[in-house]
Amino acid sequence: MATTTPKAVAPAGFQYGALIAGWLIPGGGHFLLGKWGRGLLLLASIGGMFFLGLAMQGKVYTSAHDILDLLALVGDLGNGLLFLVSRLAGWGADSVQVTSADYGRAFIVVAGLLNIIAAVDAHSLAIGRKK
Amino acid sequence: MFHPSHFTAVLLFALFTSVVFGITMRSDPKQMVRYGAWCFLLFAGSAVVLSWAMFLIAR
Repeated sequence: MATTTPKAVAPAGFQYGALIAGWLIPGGGHFLLGKWGRGLLLLASIGGMFFLGLAMQGKVYTSAHDILDLLALVGDLGNGLLFLVSRLAGWGADSVQVTSADYGRAFIVVAGLLNIIAAVDAHSLAIGRKK
Repeated sequence: MFHPSHFTAVLLFALFTSVVFGITMRSDPKQMVRYGAWCFLLFAGSAVVLSWAMFLIAR
């Protein structure tokens, strides 16, 4: 007698809400899925890293003149709304002038990259790839 | 404005990055804490070891 094994059923409908929310707001994808603790920790870590980077007079990239600038700009864009708000408000330095500003630049770029990882994690939770 | 020392910046970087790695790379809360702590130790520890290595090489 043949036995049937249960197969994972992909959720129907638009599946990228958590991914987009997670990119726009750090931890937003986890909030959307009801993972409040994880979302708050992600918001505190990524948001804290971004604002500490600004406090260190870190540069917020607006254009790319070489490949390294382009990579840093992609990292900054990972911050979602934080990046857009900082651009509109004119936060961040235009150039790196003190040592701590170089740390700040790295903090802002890495915050964006971590936010992308967090958004992908929220997407994995949403589609059932991760428990 | 905030002007931390290099070591303070390393510790802050390690802390924030380890929290995100712990949450995103593991599923079980206990495993998240263990993995986050391990990442923090590796970040901070490797910075100390590399700093001493550079100090000794430069002498």
